[in-house]
Amino acid sequence: MVKRGALFASILVSGSLLRGGAARAADGAMAAPATGMEAAMFYLFAAVAVGSAIGVVVSADIVRTAVWLLGTLGSVAALYFLLMANFLGAIQLIVYAGGILVLIVFGVMLTSKSPWVRFQPRPLEVVGGVVVFVLLFSALGLALVRTDWPPVGRPMTEGPTVASLGHELLTTYLVPFEVASVLLLVVMIGAAYLARPPARRRG
Amino acid sequence: MGTVGLTHYLVLAALLFSLGVLVMMLKRNAIGILIGVELVLNAANVNLVAFSRYQVGSLDGQITALFAVVLAAAEAAVAIAIFVNFYNNFATVDVDRADQLKG
Repeated sequence: MVKRGALFASILVSGSLLRGGAARAADGAMAAPATGMEAAMFYLFAAVAVGSAIGVVVSADIVRTAVWLLGTLGSVAALYFLLMANFLGAIQLIVYAGGILVLIVFGVMLTSKSPWVRFQPRPLEVVGGVVVFVLLFSALGLALVRTDWPPVGRPMTEGPTVASLGHELLTTYLVPFEVASVLLLVVMIGAAYLARPPARRRG
Repeated sequence: MGTVGLTHYLVLAALLFSLGVLVMMLKRNAIGILIGVELVLNAANVNLVAFSRYQVGSLDGQITALFAVVLAAAEAAVAIAIFVNFYNNFATVDVDRADQLKG
């Protein structure tokens, strides 16, 4: 438990370091434009995220797919640090990279005789998928670039502290918070029930 | 290099979302489809956090993303349990074989 706490703290600190002094200098500006260092970091991690996502698409081997997913999840965590969401970045690393990915690898091990099961898509499926991908991305991208997003409030000048997040969770978002805890309990029982070994025959 | 703003993050999230949909369409392994769903959820979270940072300036987006992470974890646990159950019954995780309810 102590170890996990230390890990958590070090992740938070490294997130602050990653954002760096360059970002702090830009915080005074109203539109909060990122300066060189932050822009370079953004392009680096965006490239890693997209490259890993393409790896997820291309690799036929399910274990390799899971490893490519790790790259995307990690760089999305780094992007959270750039977006001043330190706590969320740490949660992303711990829950996604540490929890869900391990769960997926366990699922792979439990559902295949050998870990390298290949299911190749048919050529027609590939063509259809790529057409849908191009249409979807061009439509979304055009809509996003052309929209002039009106500001609702002021851009964040400094990241929220964990204390303020916890305060919000236990005041404004108390009901969803409690519902989430009930949901996790239900999921735990339900998953244990679903994945139980088949009942043994008597006698 | 220029400056990075909201639109950069939104376009990145749109790209991740589209790639996630592509993964869901192309994979025939049920766990591969689950991985596509995780990509889509991550793209949505990037959107929420980017709006929270650049447009709204409040914590609401980050807390919504936090709940989305919790829901994703719950969803992955149940999905893996269902796949294990399916594998116990059909000895495969190929989604094309899951056609018992086909009319």
